[in-house]
Amino acid sequence: MTAPAALHMADVRYRWHRRAPWAINLPVLTLAAGEHVFLAGPSGSGKSTLLALIAGIAAPQAGQITVLGERLTSLSGARRDCFRAEHLGIIFQQFNLLPYLSVLDNVLLPCRFSRRRRQQAIERDGSPEAQATRLLGRLGLAADDVLRRPVTALSVGQQQRVAAARALMGAPGLVIADEPTSALDADRRAEFVTLLVQECQAASAALLFVSHDLSLASRFQRSVSLPDINALSPPAALASSGPHTQGAATEHSTLPGSHGSRP
Amino acid sequence: MTVLKLARASLWNRRTTAVLVVCSIALSVALLLGVERVRTEARQSFANTLSGVDLIVGARSGPINLLLYSVFRMGDPTANVSWASYETLREHPRVAWAVPLSLGDSHRGFPVLGTTAEYFEHYRYRQGEPLALASGRIFDDVFDAVLGAEVARKLGYREGQRIVLAHGTGAISLTHHDDKPFRVVGILAPTGTPVDNTVHISLAGMEALHIDWRGGAPLPGYRVGAEQARDMNLTPSSVTAVMLGLTSRRAVFQMQREINTRRDEALQAILPGLTLQQLWDMMRVGEQALLAVSALVAVVALTVMLTALLTGLNERRREMALLRALGARPWQIFALVLGESLVLSLAGALLGVLLLQALAWGASGWLGGQLGMTLQLWPPTWREAALLAGLIGGGVLAGLWPAWRAYRNALVDGMTIRM
Repeated sequence: MTAPAALHMADVRYRWHRRAPWAINLPVLTLAAGEHVFLAGPSGSGKSTLLALIAGIAAPQAGQITVLGERLTSLSGARRDCFRAEHLGIIFQQFNLLPYLSVLDNVLLPCRFSRRRRQQAIERDGSPEAQATRLLGRLGLAADDVLRRPVTALSVGQQQRVAAARALMGAPGLVIADEPTSALDADRRAEFVTLLVQECQAASAALLFVSHDLSLASRFQRSVSLPDINALSPPAALASSGPHTQGAATEHSTLPGSHGSRP
Repeated sequence: MTVLKLARASLWNRRTTAVLVVCSIALSVALLLGVERVRTEARQSFANTLSGVDLIVGARSGPINLLLYSVFRMGDPTANVSWASYETLREHPRVAWAVPLSLGDSHRGFPVLGTTAEYFEHYRYRQGEPLALASGRIFDDVFDAVLGAEVARKLGYREGQRIVLAHGTGAISLTHHDDKPFRVVGILAPTGTPVDNTVHISLAGMEALHIDWRGGAPLPGYRVGAEQARDMNLTPSSVTAVMLGLTSRRAVFQMQREINTRRDEALQAILPGLTLQQLWDMMRVGEQALLAVSALVAVVALTVMLTALLTGLNERRREMALLRALGARPWQIFALVLGESLVLSLAGALLGVLLLQALAWGASGWLGGQLGMTLQLWPPTWREAALLAGLIGGGVLAGLWPAWRAYRNALVDGMTIRM
């Protein structure tokens, strides 16, 4: 394989503060270049923390994270911020858009933060605006009135598609989607995932898709369960059950929608 | 550059709050600078009430008392200065000129000053500005009167108006000198000093009014008509005070001592500028309190801004997390919030200055006419610049708190969007 792996994590450990138990204890996780992986994990299994580590917003206490051939763990915080701007596309669960920008300006944001992505958009489509329009069109948001509408007037499904277009701007090597479908109706979810996978394919971007909705997993090349790979140490008081089931049990007890990234 | 554009769009999105914050800062700036300016101007115009007069001589009492009755026509003299003393002073080798002042009568509440034509020549206010006539001429005849601007305006008098003076200084007087009416021959231009409220007559006129009086009351059965009085000796036996101009200002302290230690008559001499300063110092507490209150208002305005920024921060948490995900650094988030506090403070300060300037411009006629103040705001004085800088600095300082919180959030939240 000539292109470097989209993601390689080895022996990564992370906790929020020194007294806290490990939130992430990951022996290994790898994404090949352009690979589309479904990462399954109930709320509170450390998904958000894992994504923060991959995006370089948080730095692990131990282990190595390599994204697109760049070893994040040896970069400074500022360099990681810069790397994120240049190489990653990120889609959140909801509220992805800045309410004071138009749809088009929201999609163009990555090109404002990264010269490289701007350059790549120009190379591919002639101008960032042309690429934004093309991506929006492919995601079913071609109509001119959609582009000019305030983003707050869009439906949630439309907002998520705009977010997907933004994540794909300027050919990022890796797209991270953090439960992007959880705010969508069931029949819209499959449609959104199909579009997203298809566009990542077209842009030859690797995709790490995190969700607890296992029905979507079949659309990906590979599926990984976070509780299975994240070897969480059991809290001492509840040491009777195994580490994995223990992790799952605590996660299920958390309220849905709350982020239990801080135990 | 990018972050700046986003900051602008974000602020525009929250413009209602921003405008309210800017307005509250602007009002506090206008108040703070207005109080400071009026305070300085008031002190200045107070100190400028009288200039070019080296000494004021009156009966021995207290310096402030002498200043109050001779210049501000407030209070009463304890005693008079004899005509002989006046003449001695006038003939003194160090004295360039001596203008007698005779007080005690009034016209419809306005004090009447008996003096000589030299008064109009030597009285100076502001930076040595002489009195000017708005119309007519100064008094010439015994029964001529020259009105201050305010007297003429309030009473609606013009030249040729006949007026009757009253004995005593109250607004309502029981004894009128209605046997000897005066004629208005001139009206002075406004000065913003007590001169505006004074009716000026000649010393001879003052004496003529009282020629048939003894001991503060008309002599029973003795009446001297106006025309009769003209032919009599109208040199007064005493005056209330004397304004002196010296040949050399350097002699002023020596001359003062000489007058204060005279044995033939208990007189005192004061330096008007110095005594004006003393008088103003007595009012300093009030002045400081005013400034303190307006400083407090500025603090309140900055608190309003702080509240708005902190409240906004909760709403903007997802905005910050998005910016982070797009590659914004934590310090950029910090700068974003801090910059906003700077922009709000600057805009507030600017608007406040403009507001005050507009107010000053709108009220300039009234201020000039009523108080003799000129509210010229540009260029600002050092103190005003310091106050403005202090306010903007305070705004930025207040912005440090929300900025630091946003910075912390940016680090802690990671990519999670907390609601």
